[in-house]
Amino acid sequence: MFEIFTVDFMQNALIAGTIVSLISGIIGSLIVVNRMVFLAGGIAHTSYGGIGFAIFFGLPIFLGASIFAIVASVLMAFLTLKYKERVDTFIGLIWATGMAIGVILIDLTPGYNVDLMSYLFGSILVVETADIYTMLGVLAIILTVVIFGYRNILAVSYDSQYAHIRGLNVGLFYTLILVTSSIGIVMTMKVVGLILVIAMLTIPVFIAEKISSSLIGMMIYSGLISTFFTIIGLMVSYNYNLTTGATIILVSVVGMILFLVMQKSFKILKEEILLK
Amino acid sequence: MSKKILEIDNLTFNYDGANVLENINLSLNEKDFLAIIGPNGGGKSTLLKLILDILQTKNGKITINGQNPTQQLSHIGYVPQNTNINTSFPIKVIEVVLMGHISDKKPIFGYSDTEKACALGALSQVGIEEFANAKIGSLSGGQRQRVMIARALCNHPALLLLDEPTASIDVNGQKQIYELLKELNKHMTIVVVSHDISVTLNYANKVAYINKFLTLHSNISRFSTTPQNGHFCEVELMQMFRGKNV
Ligand SMILES: Nc1ncnc2c1ncn2[C@@H]1O[C@H](COP(=O)(O)OP(=O)(O)OP(=O)(O)O)[C@@H](O)[C@H]1O
Ligand SMILES: [Mg+2]
Repeated sequence: MFEIFTVDFMQNALIAGTIVSLISGIIGSLIVVNRMVFLAGGIAHTSYGGIGFAIFFGLPIFLGASIFAIVASVLMAFLTLKYKERVDTFIGLIWATGMAIGVILIDLTPGYNVDLMSYLFGSILVVETADIYTMLGVLAIILTVVIFGYRNILAVSYDSQYAHIRGLNVGLFYTLILVTSSIGIVMTMKVVGLILVIAMLTIPVFIAEKISSSLIGMMIYSGLISTFFTIIGLMVSYNYNLTTGATIILVSVVGMILFLVMQKSFKILKEEILLK
Repeated sequence: MSKKILEIDNLTFNYDGANVLENINLSLNEKDFLAIIGPNGGGKSTLLKLILDILQTKNGKITINGQNPTQQLSHIGYVPQNTNINTSFPIKVIEVVLMGHISDKKPIFGYSDTEKACALGALSQVGIEEFANAKIGSLSGGQRQRVMIARALCNHPALLLLDEPTASIDVNGQKQIYELLKELNKHMTIVVVSHDISVTLNYANKVAYINKFLTLHSNISRFSTTPQNGHFCEVELMQMFRGKNV
C-alpha cells in the first residue's frame, strides 16, 4: 500500500498533488465565497482553447492554457462589472467558444494524435520536475496575492458596495481575484482534468465552510482537506489501477458524505446528552 | 455661524425610467441632525446612494465640504438599509467592522492593533462587543444591524448616513442607539432615514420629507418636544407636510 512513496513517478505525483491541492483550496474558497463557480467552469473550458492554441503553434501547453484563462478572466471581470445581469450569457458564450477553438485548432494541427483523455481527466501521473516548479511558482503567486491583499480581497468579496465607499478600487481587486483564480484553475486541471475541476475546487471548500468562521480559515482548511483527499485518491488509484483524477474526486465525495453523517450524528448525540 | 458640510443643488435622478428624484435642494451644516421620512419608494435610499457616489447623475450637483463626493468618501460613514447581504459568508463580526477602517498607514498584512482596538470600541458602543469573534451569519437581524452601525463609526466620519438603522432593533436597543447618535452628533453631522418618527423627532433638528420631491423643515423643536397625546405617527406628520404644499 505505502510503496507508492518510493516509486519515482508516484513521488512526483504526490508532490504535485499536494501543491495543487493547496492551490485549489485557496482559490476554491475565493471562487465559492464570490459565487463564481459557474464562471470558474467557463474559464476552465475557455482554457481548452488555449491548449489547442499551444499545440497548433508548438508552445508549452501550460502557457497556452494560462494565456487563454487570463484573457478570459479579464474579459469576464470587465463584463461582470459592467453588465451584472447578463453575466450568465457571457459565461455560456466563452465556455463554448473556448472549447470550439480548442477542438478546431487540434483538428488543424497536422499529424497530432492528441490524448484528449489526459486533458479531460487530468494527467498527474506524468508530471515532470519542471511542472512541479511551475506549480510551486503559481502557489507562490497565489499566496502573495492572498496574504498581501487579504483585507482588500475580503472587503470586495463580502461587500463590494461598502468597499467602494471606503475608496477601494473594486474593479481592480475583482479582476485580481479572477485572474489569480484562473491560473489556479489551469493548475488544478493538470491533476483532475477539465471535467472534474469544479468538483476539486468546491468539495473541500464545502466541508471547510462548515468548520471555519473566517475566509483565511476556510482557505487553510480547504487546502489541508484537499491534500488529504488527493493523497488518499492517489494511493487508491495506484493500488487498483484506476484513473487518478476520477478516483480523487470519488474519494472527496465519499469524504464529504462521511463528514456530513458524522456532523449529523454528533448533533444528535449532543442533543441527547443535553436532554438528560 | 456653522460651516456647511453638504450641499445639494437641483438634483434630478432616474434609473432608466421616470424620475425618482426631482429638483432636490438641500443644505446641511456641521452638527445638523437630519431625519428623512417619506413613503416606500419615495427615493430616500436613492438620495443617500447619490451622496455616497454609489449612484451618479448628470443632473444637479452634490458637494461635500466643497468637494466632489468621491474626494470626501473617507469622511462619510454609511449604514445601508439592507444588512442581510451575504449572511453565509465566512467572516467574523470584528472583520466586518474592520472593513470600515481606512488608514493611510495600513500594515503590510492583517490589521494593526490600533485598528482592532478601535473596532472593538465601536462594537461596545453599540453594545455587542461579546460577539466580536462570532460568524456574522450566526447573529440575529438586529444584532447584525448594530454591527453595520459599528462599521460606519469605525473611521470617525464627519458625516454619518444611516438608512433605517433601527428597523429591526428592539425598543431598548433603539433608544440606546439614538442616545448614541445624540452623543455622536456633538461632533458629527447625522442623516437618518427612519419611519420611527416619534423617536427621531426627539433628536433631529431638521426633517425632510421625500417623495420624489424634497420638503425641508428646520426648527422642528416646537412640535417634537411636546407629544401631548401619545406620540407622532408618520401619517400625521406627512399630513402636516402636505398641508404645506408638497
Ligand atoms: N436599482 C434600482 N433599479 C431600478 N429602480 C430602482 C432601483 N432602486 C430603487 N428603484 C426605484 O426607485 C424608487 C425609489 O427607491 P428607494 O429605494 O430610493 O425608495 P425608499 O424611499 O428608500 O423606499 P423604502 O422606504 O422602501 O426604503 C422606487 O420606485 C424603486 O422602485
Ligand atoms: Mg430605502
